[in-house]
Amino acid sequence: MADVTFTVDGKQITAPAGTLLIDACKSAGIEIPAFCYYPGLSLQAACRMCVVRIEKMPKLATACTTTVAEGMVVATETPEITQARKATLQLLLGNHPLDCPVCDAGGECELQDMTFKYGAADSFYTEPKNHREEQNWSPVVYFDRPRCILCYRCVRMCGEGMDVFALGIQNRGSSAVIAPNIAPSLSPDNLAHLDCEQCGMCIDACPVGALTSGAYRYKTRPWEMNHVTTVCTHCGDGCKTTLGVRSTSDGAEIVRGDNRDKSGINGDFLCNKGRYAFDFANSQERITTPLVRQPNGDLKPVSWEEAFTVAGKKLRELRDTRGGKSIGVIGGNRLTNEEAYLLQKFARTVLGTNNVDHHRTADYVTFTQALAGQKGRTASWNDTKSYPAVLIVGGDPTNQAPGTAWNLRSDVRLNKARLYVANTSEIKLRRQARAFLQVAPFGYGALAGYLAGDASAASNAALDPTALGGFLEAVKGEEKLLILIGSELRGADLKRLIEFGLTIPGAKFALLSDYANSRGAADMGLLPDMLPGYTPVPTPGPFTEHNIPSEPGLDLLEIFDAAAAGNLSALYVVNSNPVARYGVDPAALKDTFVIVQEMFLTETAQLADIILPAANLYEKSGSVTNSYGDLQLVQKAGDRSGVRSDFEMIVRIADKMGADVKALVPFGKGLRADMGQSRGAQSGEADRHAVWLTANNLEPKLSPFDPWAILDEIQRLVPGYDLLRLQLLSGNDQHLEPAAAAATASRRDLVLPSGDGLFTSGTLGRFSPALNDVQRYQAGEPLIQIQTAAD
Amino acid sequence: MPTLVSHPDEVKVISRRFGQGAADIDRYLELDGYKAVQKAIAEGPDWIINVMKASGLRGRGGAGFPTGLKWSFVPKQSEKPKYVLVNGDESEPGTCKDHVIFLHDPHAIVEGTMIAGLAIGAKMGFIYLRGEYRYLLKIVEKAVADAYAKGFLGKNIFGSGIDFDIVTQSGAGAYEVGEESALMESLEGKRGVPRIKPPFPAVVGLYGGPTVINNAETIASVPHILLMGGEEYAKIGSERNGGTRLFGISGHVERPGVYELPMGYNLKKAIYDVAGGIKDGKKLKAVVPGGSSCPVLLPEEIDVGLDFDQMGKAGTMLGSGGIVVLDETVSIVEFALRTISFYQHESCGWCIPCREGTDWIKKTMTRIYNGGGNKKDAANIQYLAENMMGRTFCPLGDAAAMPTLGFIKKFRKEFEEYIEGNKAGTPIITVQQLVGAH
Ligand SMILES: Cc1cc2nc3c(=O)[nH]c(=O)nc-3n(C[C@H](O)[C@H](O)[C@H](O)COP(=O)(O)O)c2cc1C
Ligand code: SF4
Ligand code: SF4
Ligand code: SF4
Ligand code: SF4
Ligand code: FES
Repeated sequence: MADVTFTVDGKQITAPAGTLLIDACKSAGIEIPAFCYYPGLSLQAACRMCVVRIEKMPKLATACTTTVAEGMVVATETPEITQARKATLQLLLGNHPLDCPVCDAGGECELQDMTFKYGAADSFYTEPKNHREEQNWSPVVYFDRPRCILCYRCVRMCGEGMDVFALGIQNRGSSAVIAPNIAPSLSPDNLAHLDCEQCGMCIDACPVGALTSGAYRYKTRPWEMNHVTTVCTHCGDGCKTTLGVRSTSDGAEIVRGDNRDKSGINGDFLCNKGRYAFDFANSQERITTPLVRQPNGDLKPVSWEEAFTVAGKKLRELRDTRGGKSIGVIGGNRLTNEEAYLLQKFARTVLGTNNVDHHRTADYVTFTQALAGQKGRTASWNDTKSYPAVLIVGGDPTNQAPGTAWNLRSDVRLNKARLYVANTSEIKLRRQARAFLQVAPFGYGALAGYLAGDASAASNAALDPTALGGFLEAVKGEEKLLILIGSELRGADLKRLIEFGLTIPGAKFALLSDYANSRGAADMGLLPDMLPGYTPVPTPGPFTEHNIPSEPGLDLLEIFDAAAAGNLSALYVVNSNPVARYGVDPAALKDTFVIVQEMFLTETAQLADIILPAANLYEKSGSVTNSYGDLQLVQKAGDRSGVRSDFEMIVRIADKMGADVKALVPFGKGLRADMGQSRGAQSGEADRHAVWLTANNLEPKLSPFDPWAILDEIQRLVPGYDLLRLQLLSGNDQHLEPAAAAATASRRDLVLPSGDGLFTSGTLGRFSPALNDVQRYQAGEPLIQIQTAAD
Repeated sequence: MPTLVSHPDEVKVISRRFGQGAADIDRYLELDGYKAVQKAIAEGPDWIINVMKASGLRGRGGAGFPTGLKWSFVPKQSEKPKYVLVNGDESEPGTCKDHVIFLHDPHAIVEGTMIAGLAIGAKMGFIYLRGEYRYLLKIVEKAVADAYAKGFLGKNIFGSGIDFDIVTQSGAGAYEVGEESALMESLEGKRGVPRIKPPFPAVVGLYGGPTVINNAETIASVPHILLMGGEEYAKIGSERNGGTRLFGISGHVERPGVYELPMGYNLKKAIYDVAGGIKDGKKLKAVVPGGSSCPVLLPEEIDVGLDFDQMGKAGTMLGSGGIVVLDETVSIVEFALRTISFYQHESCGWCIPCREGTDWIKKTMTRIYNGGGNKKDAANIQYLAENMMGRTFCPLGDAAAMPTLGFIKKFRKEFEEYIEGNKAGTPIITVQQLVGAH
């Protein structure tokens, strides 16, 4: 829309016609107070805090509902306006409990801030305040009616944002109250409850302490925490999450997860897992000392030194006696890129084996191969917010990738994007879809064939094949189409779907996987036949400098087959639980020496000869890559004495094996890894940062345990990973496009989707009390009363 | 059925058929029924709107917006269906005029709705009745059914090739849904909370379609205006206030009732001549001239013409035509408390100033009335009301603040007497007693 120019507080402002005055002012640095206005949600005009004076208007106008117009003259802070806002606050405070000293929102409360600003300190009333008891709506959502200022943000967030509509308004006038969707009369304990996605978005949006989180309430004060911004460990969306951390006697405890500054790729969004499921880190079940199996079968706590020595000695001996090809290595989906890269490098160059794999949750090899030679064809997460048309084939973002689902809903709601859904199930996103095609059972392959032009595939592609033509026409009619692909599509099917998509000039693609760094695990070469960046083992290209065995290794299932056949001398498992995942017969490993790096005594760890207690993603630094190929920084938030990062443990084992650690991790001064240098180089400014660091004797002292040292090598060698260091370090996401060589031969399909829903997260999720509570609650078990400090 | 009153000064336009059995469709036809709509079909939309503009008819719902002008705002072309909505939510204390129309002349409303539909190109009309008017709903439903039976409604009305349907709907008992956009929400099956304006109903109204919404009396006037001609109708009233209007005169008068008087008729005469003066020869204390939202007038202020402009100049409003007369026995504190209690009870709760303001004013006034007032209370009430004025989402907040300000300013001494302990009311007050049935 055309721009208009208008005046606010004597300042000339230009903004596109149709912009809301409150937004236009904000962009110009003029903050207008607001309770009910929330960007992206429907307008309410209810709180009357945003009133401003507009010339020629008889009354004060609400800036949240007024659109800017040419020549408009606005005043935002005059005595009249200040008085209006003050009076509104006085009215709110009249019935407000003012229990700020114990309220969770204290210190982070918009009502406090406004009262501070407008000084509505005097009270006129002698009547008692309206009081209602606090309500426990779900394990994670609590409601304090007296604190509620009825801004309706929660109602809209849940309805418009989440498409759940679990919250509403009951009664009218001064009796009006926010109510959840299970009425007392319908619930066994005769109390009101929530049956919903438990995302906590309502809590996040609440400007006051009326909605509080079951996981955090009454635990601490906001100013007593350190706030560390990192990336959620759960699904493949990679939402930025801020962890509130408090020191404890044995480390640093994470007490809160939220979306504090909303600066991440996820904007406003966090799901249940991102918000609450950090608590596995505080679990009492964590292993906190290395354990070594004794001849009698018992696991004995040992010192770190002893554990590393035993591990290193044994691996060296087995490599030297039975050969590297007799050793298998399995990495995890929640390792950092640096760890995943290091692990495969360790396997290939120190152990001398290509028997490297991970639990694959989507077929990224085919994905990148099908897009070989294409530029700008992979979608970033940000594209899901704004693309004018989106086709989802397979997958169920609402459950598997809640952040993606949020973006798609927002795209439809705010940008009128056209969504096309093809799925075997009636997934929830079909409610936003312009067209829903129900795919026949096991019909994704047929559908891909049909789309690619094979008319004979129609009968196997859709439940109602007559619907195919119209669906295809509509999709083909789109000029810019984002094609989101579920992990159901693999190999030849995936290839064909992408080939079809490539016929649409403006099409972009993304493949959804599970877990925080499933994509990174594949990108970093935790694969038997692919080196980092999908470089085929037989043609190592940039990796020729590493002495890598030229034969592709065993894949994950072949590794266990080899074990069962007595051909696997050792298995090194880093942050993965393949025994449970793939239903491996524990007996298969009886003759194999097993080292497991883990947080918990998982099914795999129980079989280990050495268990090394590991830190999790919230306890380390590095980078991860989401399903879309967006790289982000993770930062160490929590800490637990007795655990170590997988990075450090790999290096220590290599060291104990007698490997050249400097070759494994190219650390030391004079390398590229200086924050200051790249900063200066990128921005063109003088290298002030490095100067400052040096001046204060704070320059990075790189050790072999410093993941940034390996990031240098990743940048240098991995195709598509030449990232901008400054972008990464300043907490921004950057979209990477690892370029693969075109497919050589067809490969075995080993993709096993995690099958996680809103309240599960692989093995890790089983150790999250919050997830367990919510699962039990949503399954209809009586609500567990969580102990609160203030009671 | 309440008895009908009559006075020689009345000019019977809308009330022409009252008491003549016109709820029966055949009787209505004998009394020129459904002639206006046929004329409207013959002459076409532009003619209708011109007649309405010439008539000077201003909305009888309270705000007095010129009806012809309102209809002319509806876009001729629209992708979405257009609608006519009849506002029969009449819930303002003191107002009881639409009620008599529904009772005595429901077909005038049916016919008026059809004409409004023809004027704006709508094919559907809704008649929305106040929840408590269930007994009237039957009458209106019968009128609509009879009109269908005669073929006046439905497909191809009067052989015009035009289709028109009418649906009746009852509210659920909320004053606030009388506000036009809240009424649309209610009609759509949602909470009765107003909408943000703009867009105005003429552009985006019911179900998102262009909508004309008029008060029941406004609509009932339409057939008469079309038959008598706009200019003729305009001549009856005062300047810029065409025609007649129904005034419900209640309270301490000798002959309370609903009278049809020309616009601009003198208020004092209406009370003393038409309604027979103050009951039992008592002294007049105050007059609420146009429904409970209008600021009170003192006896010396009532020599004023009953039209939108003159009442505005007198510092009050013509409102919805409900004149409440209070004699010297009335406690203004109690009356103000009854008034604010109504608004506190009816506030939809959407916006802070009205939701919280009405509640605190009511609480404070209750305390004063019960003998527990503080020195600062009167000033606090005034402060609250002044800070509600013009600051709320819909005019209900103003409707609560305006009379409160009138009472507290004009009868400050009486409040102070209560506060100083010289007077106290009967301590226990229930909402039912306060709001009462009007
Ligand atoms: C709180 C509130 C209540 C109202 N109640 C009524 C009502 O009961 N009947 C009515 O006709 N108009 C009522 N109105 C006015 C309507 O919003 C609207 O202006 C009117 O129906 C328009 O019709 P008119 O132009 O024929 O007057 C009310 C307005 C407000 C703010
Ligand atoms: S937790 Fe999420 S789904 Fe549940 S009520 Fe709040 S916003 Fe809605
Ligand atoms: S609970 Fe919070 S977000 Fe919801 S209406 Fe109340 S104050 Fe607003
Ligand atoms: S959507 Fe995924 S990445 Fe985002 S918070 Fe939820 S689990 Fe974490
Ligand atoms: S002024 Fe506000 S609270 Fe009162 S009725 Fe109107 S919208 Fe509802
Ligand atoms: S922010 Fe504008 S009224 Fe609430």
